Amino acid sequence: MFPELNNLLNVSPDKPEQGKFTLLCDAKTDGGFLVHHFLSFYLKANCKVCFVALLQSFSHYNIVGQKLGVNLIAARDRGQLVFFEGLKSTVEVLFGSKEQPNTLKFIRESSSDLKSLYEFVQKALTPSGDGSATSWKFPVLLVDDLSVLLSLGVEAVAVLDFIQYCRATVCCQLKGNVVALVHDSDQTEDEENAMLMNALGHQSSLILRAEGLVTGFCKDVHGQLKILRRGLLQPKSEQTRSLIYQYKIQDKSVTFFARGLSPAVL
Amino acid sequence: MAALTTGSFLRKVSVPGSGAAGGGGARLRSIAGTRPSVQNGQLLVSAGLPALDQLLGGGLAVGTLLLIEEDKYNIYSSLIFKYFLAEGIVCGHTLLVASAKEDPGDILQELPEPLHDDNYKKVLDEGRSHKSQEEPEISMKIAWRYQNLPQMEAGPGTSSRFGHYYDVSKRMSQEVIQSAKWHKFFLPEEITSYANVESCALNHGYTKLLHFIQRVISEQGFDGSNPQKKQKNILRIGIQSLGSPLWGDDICCADTPEHMHSLTRFLYVLRGLLRMSLSACIITVPSHLIQNKAVTSRIRNLSDTVVGLESFIGSEKEANSLYKDYHGLIHIHQIPRLNSLICDVSDTKDLAFKLQRKVFTIEWVQDNYLRQERNIYPPGFSYLLKQKDSAWGEGSLQHSTFLMSFLAKTTAFASRLVRHCEPLKQTGSGGIRQTAEPGMWHDGRRQRAPGLLGIAT
Repeated sequence: MFPELNNLLNVSPDKPEQGKFTLLCDAKTDGGFLVHHFLSFYLKANCKVCFVALLQSFSHYNIVGQKLGVNLIAARDRGQLVFFEGLKSTVEVLFGSKEQPNTLKFIRESSSDLKSLYEFVQKALTPSGDGSATSWKFPVLLVDDLSVLLSLGVEAVAVLDFIQYCRATVCCQLKGNVVALVHDSDQTEDEENAMLMNALGHQSSLILRAEGLVTGFCKDVHGQLKILRRGLLQPKSEQTRSLIYQYKIQDKSVTFFARGLSPAVL
Repeated sequence: MAALTTGSFLRKVSVPGSGAAGGGGARLRSIAGTRPSVQNGQLLVSAGLPALDQLLGGGLAVGTLLLIEEDKYNIYSSLIFKYFLAEGIVCGHTLLVASAKEDPGDILQELPEPLHDDNYKKVLDEGRSHKSQEEPEISMKIAWRYQNLPQMEAGPGTSSRFGHYYDVSKRMSQEVIQSAKWHKFFLPEEITSYANVESCALNHGYTKLLHFIQRVISEQGFDGSNPQKKQKNILRIGIQSLGSPLWGDDICCADTPEHMHSLTRFLYVLRGLLRMSLSACIITVPSHLIQNKAVTSRIRNLSDTVVGLESFIGSEKEANSLYKDYHGLIHIHQIPRLNSLICDVSDTKDLAFKLQRKVFTIEWVQDNYLRQERNIYPPGFSYLLKQKDSAWGEGSLQHSTFLMSFLAKTTAFASRLVRHCEPLKQTGSGGIRQTAEPGMWHDGRRQRAPGLLGIAT
């Protein structure tokens, strides 16, 4: 959790917003730090988190999480975190025994939908009826990232269906949050990705867009973050507001500052 | 450097993806040819080129994939491929070589010979700063316990140094190659008949290769499945010309290929296999043949480290005077951020390589367009010309200073166009300060309204 980003977004772990869909996108840079931020933020806010990690291993998030102050192993053991490791499951699906539950069976078949993945998420986040003592605030679904699903042969429409189902269950029914990361390659001809990004952008209430600087690489400013709030339910009071900040990533945190006011320049 | 051999650094070394396997708290004894990264304790192996290691942040992390985007005639990318394999033999790692074009046995016969320290000094010029030095023969005052340990030799097969230099004009000796442990995958031998049904919705060749890699990893214990096994070792996987039509893939042939997801699915499963084992992989892909740019960007996103090579052979840059000493450009497109928020990306972006006196060197070269166009156009305008690769892609900070000088001169230029009543008084050296505020402060008082809107009476 980056305290400066919390201030910019006007949220805190004590009173997080509910029922929101946040879209994270990155263009020409790596937006993974936003995923780490939201993971540690919701764990500190005492929410039940289902993390679908498709591109990196568990230990990667664990080590970064320790720098940010959360212990993923402990969270997984006490049931607060349900971690789905895409890479490990893929290897098990393809090379393991066939009786294992195949959440990722779309890897094996050429055209399939993400229904099994959705059922996994639903089972993880729906509160079980056994009356366990620990109660979490609300469920959160984190996906890192959705562009990988397009590379694996899933159609963009199937990914949109999956997000729609998840939003219906998590945001509306369980009053939780959904956060998803999509890579934006606006200069290349990836039409499916562009369609996915546009559609998700219209469904989201908060868009965080990490971009590289237009002028190229800089050692002190690693990129630019655009925060776009979209008012969905109150058309007259909350209009679309957009804020732009520049950031620099450090070992344990990310510092944000207004454009052109990097501490290296002042 | 003695600190690297003590326990405190080794304790931080953790194999990525070994959260469940490997046993918590068990110390990983140092494997030959690896070293922990100074930044995040990640285990690194050398890519075979010390210059490239430096640009990649110290080396290639174990469990990751290095993608080389081939140059047009596949000369220098195959050279880097061979450096990677030769480094594996010298460090004693196990190799897995896969190719669809030439027999992996032939590839191994063409590996360059490693240079010993004294030969290396003879080959290079004097004054190179990063020569390897011999251990001084003085008695150690602080690390006196290490005084009596045997010196480390630089011979092949027993070398525990990180990163070696190779002589491209000579071949590696036969007995060194025979002593190496390696597995081969030659596609025409593995596929004897074409199956009608594609399993896993993957190309038949790719499926076979994945099964082969997985079998080697699990049987040889690279994924930690045999804890009682002797010393752990690294598996170096090299796959040549992946995505080319010889593998049965058509992404290089058509603009809208039929099996667009074959290679990306392969890369995803390969990533899963690498993350759960002690291995490092290099693949070369003929990206210049892929017409669909979406596929190129997807391939880059699925790889960890991406290096692109662009050779000057047959291109218009060959005649350029700035590039006359070099053989091509090298672009570091992507470096992974593993186990940390930051990555060790180097500041220099305009890099060129040359194969000089049997050694491959990488150096910084100033972007050429700026130097050339400055002779034709007024100073500062060259910033607006479309510059390949440098300003808009991976440019360096020096270009923003051109923007400032350009803006300063533009206002002077434009205002001179507007006020055509009286010529500019040359009251001084004619530098920027004079022309940027014409007619304002002639004798300490403001004469007239400045800038573009000043209409002369």
